[in-house]
Formats: sequence, C-alpha cells, structure tokens
Amino acid sequence: MAPFPATRAATWPEAGAVMPATSPWRGFATRGLATVLACTLIAATIAGIGGGDLMVSLVYSFSIGLQCWLAVDGGRVLAARAVRRWRPADAAALQGWPGWPLMTLVIATGTSIAYASGTALADAITGVGHAGDGQAWRGYVLWLLVSIVAGAVITGYHYAKARLELTRAEAEAARRLAAENQLRLLQSQLEPHMLFNTLANLRVLIGADAQRAQAMLDHLIAFLRATLAGSRRDTHRLADEFARLHDYLALMQVRMGARLQTRLELPPALAELPVPPLLLQPLVENAIRHGLEPKVAGGRIEVHARVTGGELCLTVRDTGVGLGAAASARAADAASSFGLDNVRARLHALRGDDLGLRLRAAGDDEGGTLAEVCLPRPAPAAASPAPAPTMESQPK
Amino acid sequence: MTDAATRSTPRALIAEDEPLLAAALQAELVRAWPGLEIAAVAADGDTAIAQALALEPDVCFLDIRMPGRSGLEVAQALAEDWPHASALPLLVFVTAYDQYALQAYEAAAVDYLVKPVQAPRLAACVRRLRERLDARHGDAPAGRAGAGGELDTTLARLRELLAAVAPAAAAARLEVIQAQVGAMVHLVPVDQVIYFEAADKYVRVVTAEREHLIRMSLRELLPQLDPQRFWQVHRGTVVQARCVRSARREDSGKVTLHLAGRPETLVASRLYAHLFKGM
Repeated sequence: MAPFPATRAATWPEAGAVMPATSPWRGFATRGLATVLACTLIAATIAGIGGGDLMVSLVYSFSIGLQCWLAVDGGRVLAARAVRRWRPADAAALQGWPGWPLMTLVIATGTSIAYASGTALADAITGVGHAGDGQAWRGYVLWLLVSIVAGAVITGYHYAKARLELTRAEAEAARRLAAENQLRLLQSQLEPHMLFNTLANLRVLIGADAQRAQAMLDHLIAFLRATLAGSRRDTHRLADEFARLHDYLALMQVRMGARLQTRLELPPALAELPVPPLLLQPLVENAIRHGLEPKVAGGRIEVHARVTGGELCLTVRDTGVGLGAAASARAADAASSFGLDNVRARLHALRGDDLGLRLRAAGDDEGGTLAEVCLPRPAPAAASPAPAPTMESQPK
Repeated sequence: MTDAATRSTPRALIAEDEPLLAAALQAELVRAWPGLEIAAVAADGDTAIAQALALEPDVCFLDIRMPGRSGLEVAQALAEDWPHASALPLLVFVTAYDQYALQAYEAAAVDYLVKPVQAPRLAACVRRLRERLDARHGDAPAGRAGAGGELDTTLARLRELLAAVAPAAAAARLEVIQAQVGAMVHLVPVDQVIYFEAADKYVRVVTAEREHLIRMSLRELLPQLDPQRFWQVHRGTVVQARCVRSARREDSGKVTLHLAGRPETLVASRLYAHLFKGM
C-alpha cells in the first residue's frame, strides 16, 4: 500500500544508490503484519461498541481486511506499472507509487470489491447470514466505511513511512558524497609529493638556517590549518584567501628558489569581501604543478582581484609552459582535475551556471596560462552597508 | 680503458631541481663518502644529460620529477648515448613519493632513495655503490666480458622500468595524421608513415615522398600508435617495422637500420637493439 523502496531499485539504478537495502519480502511481511494488527483492533472495537461476538467480528475483520490489503497493495503495483508504461521517467512510479489520484481510485474500488468478497467469505465461514436480517444494511455500510477508512489510513501511513525512509537515505547518500568529496579535495591539496618535498626542504633548513626554518614551518602550519579547516567553513575574507595563497607560495618558493616569483595584488577595498575558502588554491596549485614546475627556467605567478559590473573576478596567471602542454599532463593527473572540478562545482552553486571558471592562454609575449574565476559580488561581511548600485546582484 | 676506470677518486653527478635539497644531498654525500668528488650538480634533466656525457661520472643521483626531462628520461638518454668504451654510471633514483612505480625503480637502479634522505639510509646506499664500483675495478683485467654482462642487465632493467611507467595505450588508435602547413592541412594515413622523429617540441612525420611537422611530442604520440606496427627504436625515433629492410649491428652495440622507401638510415639505440635479433 506504499511506495516500496527496494522492489523498484532493480529497475531504477539511480534509486538503488539511495534506497535502504530492505528486501521486498520484508516490506511485504511488515505491511501484512500491520494489516493483521489493524484488523484485530477494528474487530475488538466493533465488538466492544456493538456488543457482538468477538470471534465473529474477528472473522469478518480478517476476511475483509486481508482481502482489502491484497487488493490495494496489488492494485498499487498494477497502477504503478501502468503509469510507468505511460510515463517511463516517472520517479515515483518507478518505485511503485502511482500517485495519490490513481491511488484513491485503487483504494475505493479495491476496498469495495474486497469488502463484498470478504463479507461473502466470512458469511460462509461463520454461517451468519445477513440476507434475512432487517438491520443488515446498517452493518453492511458500517463495515464498508470502516474498510475504506482503514485502507486509506494504512496506505497513508506506509506512504509517509516510505517517504521518510527515502528522504533519510537521500540525506545519508548526500552526506557520504560530501564526505568523500572533502576527502578527495584534501588528498589533492595534501598531495604527498608536495608534502614530502616540503618536509625534506624543512629538514635541510633546520640544520642550515634555523630562522628560515621557523618561518617555513609557520607557513606550513598555516597552510595545513587552512586546508584542514577550509572545507568546513562557508566563507572567509578575501584577505584571508590571499594570506593562505601566500603561505602556499612561500613554501613553493623555498622549494623552487629563484625559479619562482610571485605577485599577489589585492585592492584594500576588496579585502573584507567574503569568498568560499580556498577557492583559488586548486588554480594556484595547477599553475605551479603544470605550468611552472615543468619549465626549466621557471617563471612568475600573479593573483589579482577586481570588481567589474556586479562580479568579483579573481585571476591566477602563470608564465609557465602554457595550456596545451599543461593540459596533456593534467589529463594524466586525477588529483588536479578533481581540484578544477571542485572549483567549477563551487562556482556553479554560487552562480547557477557554468561560466564561473575560464582557463585560457595568457595571450602575451610571456605566454603561460590565465585562469579567471568570477562570482557574484558578495556583500561585505563587515557591518558597513554596501554601496547601493551593486545591491541587486548580491546573493542572499 | 678510459678515465672512469683508471681514476682513483670516484665522481658523482647530482640532478635535483630544488636548490636546498641539491645542496643538502651534496653535503651529506661528502660526509658519508669521503673521497667522492661531486663533479656536477644539475638543476634540470637536460643539463644533467649534457653534464653526465661530458664529465663521465661513476655515479648519478637522479631526482625523478624534474623540469625539462625527468630522472627516468635522463637515465634513458644516458643508456642510449653513453660512450661505448666506458661503463655506464651507477644510477640512484631519488624521489619524494612515487606510489606506483616504486618497485620498478628499485629493480632498475643500484639503489633508490626517498626524500627526506636520512643519514643511515644514505650510508647504506654509499656502501652498495662502493661495493659495485670495487667489483667493477676487479673485473677490469678480465676484459669487457664482465662489464658487458653488467651492461646487458642494466639495459634490460631499464627497459622494464620504461615499460612499467609508460603511459597506458590510448583508447583509440590514430589512423590519419593531420599535418598543418600554413592554412593547409595534409591528411597522412598512418600506414604510409615510414618513421616518426622527435624534433624539439615537434615530431617529424616522414613518408616515402615527403615529410611533415606536427605540433606534438613523441611522448604524446606514442600511446596512440599500434606497438606491433610501430617500434620505438630510440628515445627520439619510432619506425614502422615493415619499412625496415635490414639492420646491421655496430661494435658500439647500436644498430643501423636501412629503410625501404627512404635513402637515409636510422639508428636503433642499445636499449632497443634487442628488437633486431635474427630468428
């Protein structure tokens, strides 16, 4: 009498991913048991009110109730099948739920038919005939109403229960996916090659230049703290974003020496704008890993922020080997393509479209790659009110 | 024999792109191996190849991930271009992290160091290297037979390593090469290509009638070719097997290939000479 999660999972692979793994027979048995309980309750109530024989009430109740259940549950499956033939993509029908209008029809007709045959069966069992009874029509109508109400209530109950289970399963799946993504993002940021090379450099500095070692360790600590905490916060200040990029680039500068020059330019007016934490980190990592690290002479990386129109645009530019060479290397590197996907997904959530990230050749004499991220200009996190003209484009 | 064999002080080359790590490895080697001369420290793969060929060190410490050419490509180039008369340097690969190829690197090199390099580990590595060098000097009077055996083993291991870390074959084989000349694009069926030759950032595509340049590296092209038909015979050359008319083995261990349809000859390096043995 209810959308039946696991039975339809086989015909709807996507549902299989979020459905709790109950067997179809367990669901069937649960509903059968619930029907038996309801029938007992109804019989006891009617015998109590009407003062009739409890045994007789039980026979009628069971005979009618179980047939109603079979008619309604069977009717549901058939109706859902019909809906599927008619609208193959209907998600609810794929899970065995034909929708409330059809279901009302199923309950009304199924219960009426089952009531008639259930009464006939009970008459035969008990030998109590209603034909010659002057009061028969009252009992008949009472039992019919009871049957229809019971059918509707039980169906509604199972429907709500299955709904709840589905929602819970979906929430669980979403939670699992989020945790998995967070882990993969961490893995791409705490890439072992980067980490161990950094530690190797730190080890050397400890012996050679304790002061520089301490400064490097401070950058490493700030980088690790931000990376580990970043995915748990919604936003931080753009100034913090730049500070974290500075930490990462300072580490890379120790490693690459004169091969890496950096320039971070953040206009003071934009420092307080809230941005998703470590949004630019994968872009800067890519610029290093695929742009500058492979280039013998090394080069420069520049990060800028500016506001144009209603958008906050952040650019990461390198003078590395360029998009063509970097792309083929990146294709072989799952971690970094995950980093880019992550930036795209976060921008999609902010903007609702896929235009937020652009990668292109820098297009001047120095060559290299230009990555640009544009997001709707956020309202400043500080209490000071934002200038009116840009208010319309601010997300809430 | 040459300098390397008669020299009393062993010489080493370090190839490491991170300046602090290069300096540290140099300092620790001096401590762990008194008497070792650090002949050169190279910061990229190409410099490492040039310096090694010029200075003929006994030992090379090769960082695997370097700008330009990787440590592995350096090893390949040295195996191919090393002067015939002297023994190949002993190779030690150094890396921060390599999840997959670790065992292959271990098998191919005399030793394999993981960064940060720790003193006891480096001391053990130095011991192994000295034993190998001593054994080499012991072999010298017996002639080249011993050295030749060692060379063959080294080459075989390097071949295995190259195969182990080679990029997986592309899903789709290339059937037609699109070579652009100005506004014109020439379509060259792969079957008509006699050989491909690496030329800086390009690949020369040579057919019986003419040649084209395509903007692609040989490394990118290789996984798209059928390895049964197209044989890599040198780090910079891939030849279509049916276009090789004859192969002549030289004293140096290299093999000269004569082609059907082209007047020039190609050279198969020592690493790939095994492809041209009589049946």
